[in-house]
Amino acid sequence: MIIGLDVGGTHTDAVLLSENGLEHKIKVATDSSNLFNSVLTGLTDLLEGRDPDSINRIVISTTLTTNAIVEKNLDPVGIIVSAGPGIDPEAFRTGKHYYPVSGSINHRGRETQQVNERQIEDIALELKKAGVEYVGVVSKFCVRNPAHEILIKRILNKYFKKIFLGHHVSGNLNFPRRIATTHLNAAVFGKHKSFFEAVKASLEEKGLKVPIQILKADGGTMTLESSMQFPGQTILSGPAASIMGAIPHSEENQDTIVLDIGGTTTDFAVLVNQVPLLEPVGIRRGRYKSLIRSLRTHSKGIGGDSVIHVVDGELAIGPKREGPAMAFGGPLPTPTDALVMLGLMDMGDKAKSEAGIESIASALNLSLEDTAHKIIDTTCSMILDRARMMVDRINQKPVYTVHDFLEGYKISPEKILLLGGPAKYFAPRIQELSGIKTEVVPAFSVANAIGAATARTTCEVSLFADTEQGITNAPEEDFAEPISKSYSEDDAVETAYNLLREKALNTGADPENIDEVEVVEFQQFNIVRNFSPRGKIFRTKIQLKPGLIKGFETVCKQIERE
Amino acid sequence: MLRAANKTGLVFFPAFDWAIDPTHPEREERLLYTQDQVSEEGVFDIEGIIEYKPDMVTTDEIRRAHFCVPDENSIITESHLISAGGAIALANAVMNKEVDRGFALVRPPGHHAMRVAHGGRGFCHINIEAIMVEYLRSRYNIRKVAVIDTDCHHGDGSNDIFWHDPDVLFISLHQDGRTMYPGSGFPSELGGPNAKGYTLNIPLPPGTSAEGYLYVIQNTVMPILKEFNADIVVNSAGQDNHYTDPLTNMNFSAQGYAELTSLLKPDIAVLEGGYSIEGALPYVNLGIILAMAGLDYKGVVEPDYNPEKLKQSVSITDKIKKTADLIHSYWNKRDQLRLEAGEHGDIQTRHREIFYDTDNIFERQKERVRVCHDCGGCFEIESHATPGNHILAVHIPLNACDACIEKGYAFYDQADKHGFHRVFLQDRTKDIYEIK
Ligand SMILES: [Zn+2]
Ligand SMILES: [Zn+2]
Repeated sequence: MIIGLDVGGTHTDAVLLSENGLEHKIKVATDSSNLFNSVLTGLTDLLEGRDPDSINRIVISTTLTTNAIVEKNLDPVGIIVSAGPGIDPEAFRTGKHYYPVSGSINHRGRETQQVNERQIEDIALELKKAGVEYVGVVSKFCVRNPAHEILIKRILNKYFKKIFLGHHVSGNLNFPRRIATTHLNAAVFGKHKSFFEAVKASLEEKGLKVPIQILKADGGTMTLESSMQFPGQTILSGPAASIMGAIPHSEENQDTIVLDIGGTTTDFAVLVNQVPLLEPVGIRRGRYKSLIRSLRTHSKGIGGDSVIHVVDGELAIGPKREGPAMAFGGPLPTPTDALVMLGLMDMGDKAKSEAGIESIASALNLSLEDTAHKIIDTTCSMILDRARMMVDRINQKPVYTVHDFLEGYKISPEKILLLGGPAKYFAPRIQELSGIKTEVVPAFSVANAIGAATARTTCEVSLFADTEQGITNAPEEDFAEPISKSYSEDDAVETAYNLLREKALNTGADPENIDEVEVVEFQQFNIVRNFSPRGKIFRTKIQLKPGLIKGFETVCKQIERE
Repeated sequence: MLRAANKTGLVFFPAFDWAIDPTHPEREERLLYTQDQVSEEGVFDIEGIIEYKPDMVTTDEIRRAHFCVPDENSIITESHLISAGGAIALANAVMNKEVDRGFALVRPPGHHAMRVAHGGRGFCHINIEAIMVEYLRSRYNIRKVAVIDTDCHHGDGSNDIFWHDPDVLFISLHQDGRTMYPGSGFPSELGGPNAKGYTLNIPLPPGTSAEGYLYVIQNTVMPILKEFNADIVVNSAGQDNHYTDPLTNMNFSAQGYAELTSLLKPDIAVLEGGYSIEGALPYVNLGIILAMAGLDYKGVVEPDYNPEKLKQSVSITDKIKKTADLIHSYWNKRDQLRLEAGEHGDIQTRHREIFYDTDNIFERQKERVRVCHDCGGCFEIESHATPGNHILAVHIPLNACDACIEKGYAFYDQADKHGFHRVFLQDRTKDIYEIK
């Protein structure tokens, strides 16, 4: 049996799944001042009266990291950056302890300026004196050549016990995001570590011996041990869990839109042939931009509890929530009140909803019924407009080859899957307005926990080879090897594949769940100088796609039948 | 947190799967390191910098600027259509006020492509800027356009297309034609009889450094631009003036390019040449992007940048000042020059020989233009390419007067189609293109 547990902002959801389907599900309010309690309550309830040996998988998703960022409850971190030519690194300052230093690597991975070791020693002493425990080191173009980061770490080793390096974060180019991501990993490391050590200890106390898996923002899992290097990857794993929970209800060879309609916001995602789309570079939320691999999700401030106003004779819904619907004692009318008033939702105080809708109706000069219908239509249209916008944006993404320009894949959704409390009441209208088959995900209230329970391990490897310089490397994996002039496309893909397999197994993948490998990128260039070929550059990125562990698609389909 | 002072649109189309041939300077690798530098700097994350996907130009859009012989499909590839479409995508973004200005980092380039195009010359097949200018004038309420070509080679294609057009001010700064391809662009080349003084060529001696370029921009280009008062300013932003460029002999730098851009303030910049793909382009492009966006570019320097070593000699400075003064005097005399250029209503004939180095074609042209004091005048071009076709092409400009429209149709109607492979008519007043 397997366990999935998602500690969300308001609720903690947990499920126990077996080959027979959903054995048990629970939903409790999250105690945001003590997330550990929420985890423990969930697990204790699920394990009640069960043999701990029957549990062979536990996946946990928490808002721990997200909360730490939102509450600005981060540990002080020393960040040392070597930038070389380009934008002034001051622009990417992470806080008080931020040190741009000399040393430079160029776009080919060649050193163009040496590190000043003395300068690093001085900074180390200064940080030590300030009581800083965690340090991050990021050099521009470290993903081409990590030598400077490694050298700086060697100098820092004798002063600090935990040092985070930029080239371990991602194979993608983006120096500012790499700085932000390295900083995040270091700044939440302490909290992440003590939290999960406590979880691990209490699970062992209950006799559970299976290794704990942790859900990442890309909808995949990693072991507790590997999460210590990259605690930032657990950010926004909650929305990812819900999307993973929708996968069994999407169809093969179809594009599907997933809408998670909550009280305050609606989250949007896209599945292509049952695989969720990923952010091209990494998570971005407002101003915060990182290299954290993540499912591509969009969020918009519209949901069941969005406030409704009339502005210049027009309905305005959201983006704020001022409390629950009036039917449930809230101060202002909401789309939920329209549902209650029309009798579509048989809950709450209908009279209060009517009073709220009445105020809107008189401002619009419409009947009560027409007003309620208009509110529902407008809510659904706003959600659909945003979904269309997201699809357009994905289809409009820039491309860099003639081939991709002419043949690039275009998303065209054939199904909409809905999650969230108010989803089922909106489903018929969303289907009518969009003309796309719309379904509510079964057991949607715990789809996030089901998604977490059934998500498989994901990972990505970026490999770079340069036959002119005679080297292939994957700095993220601490891999570098000399190569000859005859190194080929096949060699590059094979090396990358072997690295990926090793990485997957090291981060907790089950050997039967590592065959969904995809070459995300492959580029090959001839290096030519003075009209004669000097060598070749190969770049490849391969991934273990987000998806479900084997055997559980059918289990999840059974949930559908219940 | 970086925020662009000027909202800037970027189109990045490196055409990683297109080359003239595998070892040609215009090959897949050309913008690879630029892309790496720009990505690593996080340029697309800067608030106020927006990346646009290029469009693909249509045949009708090409036919406003060119006569492709025998037809468009025979001389261009998809990559040309996307490259020109990149400039148009940005032009739309600027005109719709989504951004304040834009930079198209696209390839292949276009500024050596002339109005009659039998094939490729100087790595160019169709003229990106000219197609964009014609698009802007057809689509939006724009009359006056300035095109400032700062590529190291004379922009002889743009020079040709705008030669007779008094509504387009074309200024080219380039390495002296006596020392480099295409061997043209001398100060005396000032435009046709109906647009004298609206084409200005500023040759610079080999070894010119930032000092010389910025002198010309500040003292000649900017005052003339101000007087001309264009609705839109386009920069053909070639990057082969760089001190490491393998095809040229200049001493310009990334800092110089960034400064030039912030002085010139183009609405739309379009990448042209530039073949020092590792040592120059990553830094020059980054410098131009930051300058367009109004961001600090002081840190954008080549790893081996040494301004002392790049200094130009006193004799170069003197030469440049002389040329700049001469050009300024031509500009000031432009009305008089136009009056002296010919009698209203006369037909003037010009013979030319054009070599297509990329495709190895030799073309002979005989051009007949109606001298007109009311408009840019219509003209016909008889063109004979070896190997290739013998054609006649008639052009009636956008703001043609009635007499020139009538004369243009007379050129077209009188042409005996049996004497040519094709006879073309480009009537910009009605936006039509006919072939007989
Ligand atoms: Zn050039
Ligand atoms: Zn006329």
